[in-house]
Amino acid sequence: MSKVRVLVGTAKGAFIITSDAKRQKWNIDGPHFGGLEMYHLKGSPVNPDRIYASQAGDWFGQVVHRSDDGGKTWETVNNEFTYEGKTEPHQWYDGTPHPWEFKRVWHFEPSLHDVDTVYAGVEDAALFKSTDGGQTWKELAGLRTHETGNQWAPGAGGLCLHTILLDPNDPDRIFTAISAAGAFRSDDGGETWKPITEGLHSDFLPEPEAEIGHCVHRIAMHPANPNVLYMQKHWDVMRSDNAGDEWYEISGDLPSDFGFVVDMHAHDPNTVYVLPIKSDGEHYPPEGKLRVYRSRDGGKAWEPLTKGLPQENFYNNVLRDAMCVDKAEPCGIYFGTTGGQVYASNDEGDNWTAIAENLPRVFSVEVQTLE
Amino acid sequence: MAMIRVKLPQHLRTLAGIEGSEVEVAVEGAVSAATVLDALEAEYPMLKGTIRDHGSKQRRAYIRYFACQEDISHDAPEEALPAAVAKGREPFMVVGAISGG
Repeated sequence: MSKVRVLVGTAKGAFIITSDAKRQKWNIDGPHFGGLEMYHLKGSPVNPDRIYASQAGDWFGQVVHRSDDGGKTWETVNNEFTYEGKTEPHQWYDGTPHPWEFKRVWHFEPSLHDVDTVYAGVEDAALFKSTDGGQTWKELAGLRTHETGNQWAPGAGGLCLHTILLDPNDPDRIFTAISAAGAFRSDDGGETWKPITEGLHSDFLPEPEAEIGHCVHRIAMHPANPNVLYMQKHWDVMRSDNAGDEWYEISGDLPSDFGFVVDMHAHDPNTVYVLPIKSDGEHYPPEGKLRVYRSRDGGKAWEPLTKGLPQENFYNNVLRDAMCVDKAEPCGIYFGTTGGQVYASNDEGDNWTAIAENLPRVFSVEVQTLE
Repeated sequence: MAMIRVKLPQHLRTLAGIEGSEVEVAVEGAVSAATVLDALEAEYPMLKGTIRDHGSKQRRAYIRYFACQEDISHDAPEEALPAAVAKGREPFMVVGAISGG
């Protein structure tokens, strides 16, 4: 490894933060698209200089940007996301029918194998795919037109498809998560889908163990063991050992099992990270202490990671796409806050430092490990 | 062929790579909000979807159209724009809502 590149999406532009392999000195480049809401940026694992970026706001709607030089220059690609198939309404907050309306791309997931193939998770929840680098988008409509689609309802952030996981061993297997519908798996490249929610329990539902309606905030997978999944749900940290067919709770003695992010160690499939948030009504860490929690045994025991992180009077949130892990040895962990800080650890979470402190509200953080 | 002056919000000028506060677009036939925006989007395709919906062509909620000191946002898009706009004396203005933080 010679360099890491951290892609930060914020409420007022995108920032690219770089360092050499030591990850001790950082350079902030930006804002790109200053003043605009940049929801998510992510690079292709096939060619890391190919980066997709989602700009989305109330004024001008969705714009999709693409870079082929690692974020130095950008071109605009297609922003037309047209729903296909039947359009039976989903549910609104009060349970009344509501038509599907495209609002924004929450998350881009570039293909593991082809630089021009990229998936987009959008609000209202649907999955789109481009095979030409974003020049055209086609809905994988089997998800949204699933027989349960008329039961899906938005969470506070909207009815959003925010998590897309691609199985490195099986190109036909895709996982998605939707707030607040739940989690879904396709085993045929996105044509058909099944809910994978057995074992989830949500007290806010009339039927707490219903198949549909769980507010899944994030799912993480380690490429060495893609049948093991970790989930940060609205409340509860969960694990599945069979690709989502069944889930069990691993919240253990976390100070709160509410939160948004969950991420995996780069090299150890048993090491997982979460960042507890006090409650769904108080979107800040318990006791005003910013603590990442790490489990080295797949969720049996959790340890707080605090060195270098504020341990008093911290009242910001960390949103679901705002934590990531680089592939260096030892791996680095990164997360951004709604207060505009980006924190990094270059030693698996043992020690932390702020690599940016006064950015706009951070929506997303992704990292690229460059040769 | 009429040359129509169009004023765009700063972010749309940046997106389209337009320098200065105005751009001129050539409109064949009737000059209306619809035909002016058709011509604008043909010349600057990156603006498609940012002012009006791709399919329905409905104006986005945070956008308004002004001409000759009048808010014409709620006029039919096919309605003729004032002669001063059609003759290039006044611009057709695409205005973003004044809000945000």
